[in-house]
Formats: sequence, C-alpha cells, structure tokens
Amino acid sequence: MTAIISFIAVLLLVAIGYVGGSAGPSVRFLFGVVIPYAAFIFFVGGLIARIMKWASSPVPFNIVTTTGQQKTLPWIKHSKIESPYSAFGVVIRMALEILAFRSLFRNLKTQLHEGGRVAYGEAKWLWMAGLAFHYSFAIILFRHLRFFIEKVPVAVQMTDMLDSFLQIGAPLLYATDVVLLGAVTYLFIRRVAIPQVRYISLAADYFPLFLIFGIGATGVLMRYFTKTDIISVKMLAMGLISFKPVVPDTIGAMFFVHLFLLSVLFAYFPLSKLVHMGGVFLSPTRNLPNNSRAVRHVNPWNYPVHVHTYEEYENDFRDKMKEAGLPVEKE
Amino acid sequence: MKIYNGGPIFLGILVFLAIALFPFYNNFGKVNAKPEPKVDTPAIQEYEKANGKKECIESKEWMRGEHMQILNQWRDSVVRDYNRTYKSNSHPNAAPFNMSLQSGCMKCHSNKKKFCDECHNYLSVKPYCWDCHIQPEEKEEVKS
Repeated sequence: MTAIISFIAVLLLVAIGYVGGSAGPSVRFLFGVVIPYAAFIFFVGGLIARIMKWASSPVPFNIVTTTGQQKTLPWIKHSKIESPYSAFGVVIRMALEILAFRSLFRNLKTQLHEGGRVAYGEAKWLWMAGLAFHYSFAIILFRHLRFFIEKVPVAVQMTDMLDSFLQIGAPLLYATDVVLLGAVTYLFIRRVAIPQVRYISLAADYFPLFLIFGIGATGVLMRYFTKTDIISVKMLAMGLISFKPVVPDTIGAMFFVHLFLLSVLFAYFPLSKLVHMGGVFLSPTRNLPNNSRAVRHVNPWNYPVHVHTYEEYENDFRDKMKEAGLPVEKE
Repeated sequence: MKIYNGGPIFLGILVFLAIALFPFYNNFGKVNAKPEPKVDTPAIQEYEKANGKKECIESKEWMRGEHMQILNQWRDSVVRDYNRTYKSNSHPNAAPFNMSLQSGCMKCHSNKKKFCDECHNYLSVKPYCWDCHIQPEEKEEVKS
C-alpha cells in the first residue's frame, strides 16, 4: 500500500512537471528557473541545518562498534582498521565505510533449518546493488557537469568516453544508465519480495526509489528516444549558474519532467533518509576510535558534581571511628 | 547552540559547499557563447540558388534530434545489407538519396569544424565517425 501511494505520488509529480513544461513561458520560467533555484537553496541550506543539528548533539559515551581485536597487550595482535585506536585508523575505517560500504558487506541472512537449527549465510546482493546504484549515480552526476561548464574539462570527457565505451547505438549507450536503472529496480524488488523487508518498508523508503527511477527514466527517454534540444538545455543550465536565466522555447516538456523530479529530489533530500549522505560522516559508532581504555571519554553533559571523598568522610568521623575501633588511614 | 567537534564538521561543510557550488564559482565572470553551426558552404549556397531554399534529406528539426540515429542506421544498412538507397520521409517525391557520410552528408556540409564540431564540442559529444571515415579537408577560411 505504501509502495502504491509513493508510486502515485511520483506519477503526480511527473504529471505536474509535464503540464508545467507544456504551459506558457511564465509557467515554464517557474519550472525551469524558480523551482530549481528554490530546491537547490533548500538542499544546501537544509543539509547544513541538519548537520548543525547533529553537531549540537553530544555523544555521551564512546559507543564505537567494532569487529576486531582492540589494542591491548603487545603480544595480542591488534586489528587496526576494524577496531581503530588512532585517528588514522578511524580515517581508513570511515573511508572504507563510505567508499566500499564495508558494514553492508557483512550483511547476513538468517535461516531456520529443520529441527530449529539457525544458520547464517552470506547476503551480498544488497551490498552489490547499493554500491552499483551509488557509484552510477555519482558518475551520472559528474557527467552532467558537461552542461555546467562551457569548455568541458578533460576529466568529464574521459568519464563520458569510458562510460560509453561499449559503443552501442547512437547516441552511445552509457553503461551507468543501465546499471542505475537496474540497481534501483533491484532495490525496489528486494523491498517487495522479501517479506521481512516489506514489513519494515515505509512510504519514505519507496518514494525516493520511484523518484530516482523517474529521474533516470526521463533522462534515458530524452537521450535515446524522444530527444530534446540539448543545446538549449545547456543554455538553460549555463543561464542558471551564471544568474542570467533563460528558458529557450525549443526545450521539450520531457526535460521539464526531468528537471522537476530532480528539484523535488533536491528539496526532499534534507528532510528524508537521503541525508545519510552527510549523516554517514557523523555516525558515532563508526567515527570514534576504540581507545576507551587509554583515553577517558568525558560526557559533555557532565556538570560539576560535589563529591564526598573517603578522605573527607574520615575527617568528619575519625574520632568516632577510633572509638569504635575501626581502622583509619590517618591518625 | 553548542557545537561538538566543530573543527572537522565545519571542514566537512566547507568541502560540501565547494563541491555543491562548483558550477557557480567555476563559471563566475565568464561570458558564455552559444554554438552557431554554419550552413553556408558553397554547395549549400548553390543548392539554395537553384531551389530557392535550404533543405536537408529530412526536416531541420528532425535532423537536429535524430541525425546520429540516421547515421547509425545508414552504416548498418550499407555495411550489412549493401543497401545505399534512402527514401526520405519528408520528401516522398524526391529521388532516393545515396547513403554516404563522406560523399553524401559531407558534400554539402563540407565545413566539419563549423557544422559538426560547433555543437559536439559545446556538449562534449565525441562521435567515432572519423575513426574510420576520412575527414573532409578544410582550408582555413580566408574570406570575410
């Protein structure tokens, strides 16, 4: 049900984008300039606001989760990345987490065998599809720089060339287009097909999947099938970034669907689970070193507590203790 | 609002801003020229004199979007089926065109630099036509 609601929501957005793109110049200006600007400002501002909110939450305990041997006696081998002790180890661990999704790589599936025997098996598909999805999205985003830089840099040209190296059809098929849509489809099917995952899936899980699929699909449609006046699209993009916006008449409605869905994604980003882009860096279970035996982790909440030490206690009651025959440290 | 571990967090925000705002500051103060492909080669001007208008095998708008597809189909048709005749959809009464890049398209559009490359470079499109075909020789324009 939540999936259907999300699907209908994205279809509605597609329809809004299409109607806006087919309307008169002022409405096209709204969809081509005003909404993208607003969405971008909301994206940048919203993400920073979320990060500041996280940054203002103290971490009371060293809650690092580890999967390796802590640094201890010199003859016990220390796992430097899985249980980092130094800042360098933390950096390596975070880099592997962010670039290779290391904790997702450990994903297991639990099965109940005959006689109530529990077995754990490897489950790498989620990791693989997640990695494929994120990297193709990153490459596609990077490729789009060709619309935002007048003299396209060599790095973008090289990415373009490598991405289309299969030389299928004309315009050349991008491998990342196929991988992105395939991975998003897998991630959706996984949510629907596995009962446990479907049970915990919310509209907020389905909506971004459909939204990103919509963005990818409209991009693919424009590039390979319906075609759009790509020169005018670049003029629109360059106009946006140089604050001299123009909306050429020759841009088709399909482009406005693409741009509107993207604007919605940008605006939705800071409000949703997608902020894990920033949040992953602020995960205390990952970004703390496991050095709680060597370095005292002071709770930032701590306020000065009046402590009544044993010494003071003894000072108060020394005479009475002596009378009762109790041993005292100071005579 | 107290910020904990502000140093690395602000550094991270700066990196994020540097990436997110890259297109804006990268383009700051630059003048953007739009590409203007030229269709004024001698062969085209001659055609215009004889027929009163400039026209391609299909309409200009269609060619703008689909020229790469037609070149791809032509190549397959010529190489695989040895079929070089193309019947135009928008000129049903015209004689069939000869499917050929070098002696068809480029006969009129002999100005590859000002016709093909003008837009292709603008959008970093690198077609592999000239990996096999021979580029038309272009003399540096002296006139005007």
